Amino acid sequence: MLLIPCPHCGPRNQEEFAYERTLDSVVRLNDAPELAIATLYARANPRGQEHEIWSHTCGQWLRLTRDRISHAIHSVEPL
Amino acid sequence: MRDGAGSIPFTFDGKAYAGQPGDTLAAALIANGVRLVARSFKLHRPRGIMGAGVEEPSALVTVGEGARAEPNARATDVFLYPGLVARSQNAWPSLAFDVGAVNSLAAALIPAGFYYKTFFGPPSRWMLYERFIRRAAGLGKPPQAPDPDHYGHRSAFCDVLVVGAGPAGLAAALTAVDAGKRVILIEQDAAPGGSLLRERVTIDGEPGVVWAANVADRIRAGGGRVLLRTTVSGYWDDNFLTAVERRVEPGQPAEGDAQVLWRVRAGEVVLATGTIERPLVFANNDLPGVMMAGAARALALRHGVAPGRRAVIATSHDEAYRTAFALADLGVEIVAILDSRTQASGPLVEAARARFDVHAGARPLRAIRRGIGLAGVDALIDGVKRRLLADCLAMSGGASPVLHLHRQAGGALEYDAARGGFLPGAGRQRHVSIGAAAGEHDLSAILTLARVVDPLGPGSPPAPGPLWHDEAPGKAFVDFQNDVTTLDLALAQREGYVSVEHTKRYTTLGMGTDQGKTGAMVALAQIADLRGVPLPDAGLTTFRPPYTPVTMGAFAGPMKGDHAAPIRRLPLAAAHDALGALWVPAGAWMRPRAYLAPDETLAQASLREARMVRASVGVVDVSSLAKFEIAGPDAMELVAAVCATPVAKLAIGRGRYTVMLREDGMVMDDGTLWRLAEDRWLITSSTGGAARMARHLTYVADVLLGHPRAAVVDVGEHWAGLALAGPQAAAVLSGLTGAEAPAHMGLSDAVIAGVPVRVLAASYSGERAFEVHVPGHLARAVFDALVGAARGLGGGVYGLDAMDHLRVEKGHVVIGAEADGRVTPADLGLGGVLRKTGGYVGWQALQRPALVEPVGRRHLVGLTSVDHTPIAEGAMLVMREGEPPLGHVTTAAPRVAQDGAIALGLLTDGTTRHGQIMLAWSPTRRSTVPVRVGPPLFYDAQGARYRD
Amino acid sequence: MGAGRYNALALLRGAITGHRHWGRAWRAAEPRGPYDVIIIGGGGHGLSTAYYLAKVHGIRRVAVVEKGYIGGGNTGRNTTIVRSNYRQAPLQSLFEYSLKLWHGLSDELNYNVMFSPRGALFLGHSDADMARLAERGDAMIANGLDADLIGRDEVARLVPLLDMSPGARWPIEGGLIQRRGGTARHDAVAWGFARAADSLGVDIIENCEVTGFLREGNRVTGVRTTRGDIAAGRTGICVAGNSGHVAGLAGIKLPIESHTLQAWVTEPVKPMIDTVVMSQSLHCYFSQSDKGGMVGGGDPDFFPSYAQRGAPIRLEDSIAQSIALAPALSRLRMVRSWAGVTDMSFDGSPIIGELPLDGLYLNGGWCYGGFKATPGSGSVYAHLLATGQSHPLAAPFYLNRFADGRTIDEVGSGPMPQSR
Repeated sequence: MLLIPCPHCGPRNQEEFAYERTLDSVVRLNDAPELAIATLYARANPRGQEHEIWSHTCGQWLRLTRDRISHAIHSVEPL
Repeated sequence: MRDGAGSIPFTFDGKAYAGQPGDTLAAALIANGVRLVARSFKLHRPRGIMGAGVEEPSALVTVGEGARAEPNARATDVFLYPGLVARSQNAWPSLAFDVGAVNSLAAALIPAGFYYKTFFGPPSRWMLYERFIRRAAGLGKPPQAPDPDHYGHRSAFCDVLVVGAGPAGLAAALTAVDAGKRVILIEQDAAPGGSLLRERVTIDGEPGVVWAANVADRIRAGGGRVLLRTTVSGYWDDNFLTAVERRVEPGQPAEGDAQVLWRVRAGEVVLATGTIERPLVFANNDLPGVMMAGAARALALRHGVAPGRRAVIATSHDEAYRTAFALADLGVEIVAILDSRTQASGPLVEAARARFDVHAGARPLRAIRRGIGLAGVDALIDGVKRRLLADCLAMSGGASPVLHLHRQAGGALEYDAARGGFLPGAGRQRHVSIGAAAGEHDLSAILTLARVVDPLGPGSPPAPGPLWHDEAPGKAFVDFQNDVTTLDLALAQREGYVSVEHTKRYTTLGMGTDQGKTGAMVALAQIADLRGVPLPDAGLTTFRPPYTPVTMGAFAGPMKGDHAAPIRRLPLAAAHDALGALWVPAGAWMRPRAYLAPDETLAQASLREARMVRASVGVVDVSSLAKFEIAGPDAMELVAAVCATPVAKLAIGRGRYTVMLREDGMVMDDGTLWRLAEDRWLITSSTGGAARMARHLTYVADVLLGHPRAAVVDVGEHWAGLALAGPQAAAVLSGLTGAEAPAHMGLSDAVIAGVPVRVLAASYSGERAFEVHVPGHLARAVFDALVGAARGLGGGVYGLDAMDHLRVEKGHVVIGAEADGRVTPADLGLGGVLRKTGGYVGWQALQRPALVEPVGRRHLVGLTSVDHTPIAEGAMLVMREGEPPLGHVTTAAPRVAQDGAIALGLLTDGTTRHGQIMLAWSPTRRSTVPVRVGPPLFYDAQGARYRD
Repeated sequence: MGAGRYNALALLRGAITGHRHWGRAWRAAEPRGPYDVIIIGGGGHGLSTAYYLAKVHGIRRVAVVEKGYIGGGNTGRNTTIVRSNYRQAPLQSLFEYSLKLWHGLSDELNYNVMFSPRGALFLGHSDADMARLAERGDAMIANGLDADLIGRDEVARLVPLLDMSPGARWPIEGGLIQRRGGTARHDAVAWGFARAADSLGVDIIENCEVTGFLREGNRVTGVRTTRGDIAAGRTGICVAGNSGHVAGLAGIKLPIESHTLQAWVTEPVKPMIDTVVMSQSLHCYFSQSDKGGMVGGGDPDFFPSYAQRGAPIRLEDSIAQSIALAPALSRLRMVRSWAGVTDMSFDGSPIIGELPLDGLYLNGGWCYGGFKATPGSGSVYAHLLATGQSHPLAAPFYLNRFADGRTIDEVGSGPMPQSR
């Protein structure tokens, strides 16, 4: 049960957070259709570290750099 | 040490016995001369008591009666209480005479994995065999009645969590408390002490057991929390651990919670989990009377019970010698000590040689059975086979550190060749192993701050010696609970199930309720030998929570009955109850479905209510709808990103229908959009999508738009919502507000029954309608006023079903029904409402080839029952019965204003099929209804009813 | 068969000879090559693919390359449910094809996979649920599958353990049962296909991890492994859970994210329940294994992970729901929980087809529904690897369907895996 440091609230239980998507999969509103679809439907899905977007129940959106095997959180920044 | 009769009455298989306070059920049974306690899983071999705690593989009994019965309880892990009722399992008609024992005779026919090699034929034949297998399988009978016990959940935080209140754990916890840390000490036994409970040492002048109790008191006095009868079952990420506390024994009624699931977040974790003794592997090593040396010692020293009259000790290391002394002091005759080492020395061994027959280089070959228990041992002594007569064989193949939690935490292992086992290596999280769990066996080294006096002297470090043998006729067990023998392991290797995981799954080694605690290392040793590799190369299976089995109810805890999931009640729930509402779940909400008059069916009530709305006026509770206010200089930018309809031209005080798309272009939600002020907007959307929309709004704002100057407030639960609909709605409204009703798609503020409200003129029903928003805690007065006024004009309240009938006639879609997550706005006929300039979430995905193609998509259509027969909701739309479906019925309803039955549906190329007659075919409900396809609109095509 | 045929007579012979006559169920093959086909991944799907390649298409120069021991991934971790009661027609057809194969699989493989069509039951808790179940049943029957809509009384008769009282948190209105669905022994399926494929000449190479691809321009000509380079005509990736990682070795991104799914098993008890019980609106399911343990699970952990472990809250939720449905479960004891890594595709349906490199193919994205497809998936993937053309049943599941807008979304929740 991960302890995730919310920049706003400090270290909180994983239950209070929700994973959204990877940082590189965000589709910008002004992206052209082909780029948007390519971004939406492709993931590196690495067996290692990745940059992810999570949210906390306080309303803060976060950018987490996290390892997908050890679950170690390398860094957390507000988005 | 034991008083004669015993003061705690209990029964086993219907016979009455008595035991002493502090006895485990196992100790009490042995004290009463009961040695046959169970029958093994597959072979139904007679079994007695082998261990002394949670590692017990054989002595499984059912404790408790009726709804409190707990099958598969370890007799060594149940503490006696008055009136305890225990029964043997897996034996019929009786434990002593078990018909299942025939399996033992047929054992050669049923080696590991035999079922993979036979039982062929059609699956129906396999299921016939399966019926017998399933009846023979399973160890205990499950209770059929609901669980009368309650289980609690508790959270706790600490600087240091110490697992295990043996000497190392106690010392560590005390040190931490003295250093001012918040400490939790968890111990699975009923008393602190761990190994001290089965040794005769003194520490700082006190008997070990007393010292332990005193240290526990000092820990408590220093602010530490000490939890007994609590097992740490799981070590999860980031030093989060779950532990299960037993507040009563199995089968015992509890006043509060019977068990508590603790969730602990610890700064540091100290694993003082001790060791589990390893058996020796030789023929018939499972007979009642054969037990672990440490267990025999515990019986003698902790409970004052002699496990037999004549005992043989068989060991590969020093510690088991202590058992000889402990048993001898109770009057047990020690026939011999068989030490598999060729050279054994040290003060402990010398002391033993002075008193007993000690044979080096000796080992048991075969346990001899008479009746249902041990009568003797064939042993190899000085190269010659000799038979020793004994009714107790205390064996020990060394001790394995308990590494389960260390491994669950991701800790590494280091192989120690000397002891033939693993020690904890580097940890991945913040934890450390100490004491015997870390390989330290010398009490003086563990308790460096205390004065330890061991009358027998310290033993030398454990050395494993040969761990397994397969040299005499008879079954040599490696996993006692699942009846896995050395032959099974050899068979698995021979057949190519070589990796330890394959061996485990093929033979079921380690898959019993004891999770292989005793047999794991001996099995690994044999597997390594058979493969010709060093033991650490044989691999290790994964350690998984729970460490010991945990009652399912404990996981649910207070999430039981109505609390298994939350129920959301409307602010006006009491008012609806007073009106006799029939409730229906809508997600987590309970909403009024209809208000049945006496002798009315649901269908009749819903139709009556819907007709009432078309004829005069009705009031329906729409409080559960999602509502969001967005305000700020950049509010419109956010609204335009989320809403796929035109936004910029919406005038202040006006609203419009809007739709929100998912990133893949599918309709995610729909509702209405209102401009309250230049920079202030209100969005209403579906009840079911409220949480999703709330999250979506903040995602778009913060992640896509980079924190625009726009605040989003979820006002869904702030405003109760009441929809007033019907030709008399405007009259009702003006009558109450004293002002003119707002124009269609307009809004105004007003006062009803003294309460400020906001009125939004939008129609879902197709009649003139107004959605009244009022703060939830003030809603009652407004509701009563509206309903009263409505009744005065021949109207009243209506519920969800009536609302549904009305909207079907108008072709309004419902998220989850028509908008099933796979349709675009164009599919629903809403292509025209989309903003042509794009820029909203999902606009790109709509450009995908299959979505811009005009052919092959399902379209929203209206369906009219040709002969007025009701259409089955969910039915398939086909040209002829039996053909592949071209679509399905999404919502069915009676016509309101006239007789008949209609429906909405999704139909492939539906817009090209208007006028066609199809069948709404439901084979599951034996319903086939001819329907005419047409536009999804059955009432007031011009919209005259709700315009001014 | 490699080790001699399995039957009762052979068991009897074994009883007399101390079972010393049995041979290896599959050889510990050394990598050779070049192979006509290399299948990356020795799970149920990979092994079944190899079998059908050899058996149906006569292609025997086949290697299955497995990084650990066969069946050690999701094949060994699932909750063993076999059914085809889906709503979307392409999924119905594919899973039904597989279900039909299950019905004859033990005999075909001469290995008892213990397929037990004891019924797979979806419970409905409201009128709305029942309409959804009826719709699913209607769609199934219209597509040639079997389904029965049943009422409260029959549900109570089938599963006496359920709480049928009106005061239950989720009252039971009825259900939809697929009587031909049920359970099978997951390890046995992997071993059975392995033995059968091996006997036809397929090389099963364990402890051999693919670390890269051999390339000639845009063409994949084999794999680089921890046991050397191995050449192949066609290479099929079949590593659901790790599809992203392996495809990444070829520089390919996929519409797949790996998420954790946990499950639990209780101590073995005498028979409590015959049918597989699932719910239309709750996310929990449970059944009883032949050994007697209740096996169940619920929602995935909703965040990407390859760790094969999740958070305890997921188990607590699925158990609370299961107990609410069947209160007698409360007193049983969970003896083990575990987790697998699910290949969550972005429409919830598998991906079977070509990849952007010549000679490289993918079979993955099975989310949490792969076990039931084991024989069917292998069969259609073998067709693709043998002919270079998609089997008609697999054709709808091509990789570019996402870009085309032809997604097959059973749940209707769109691209985000955590919304499934």
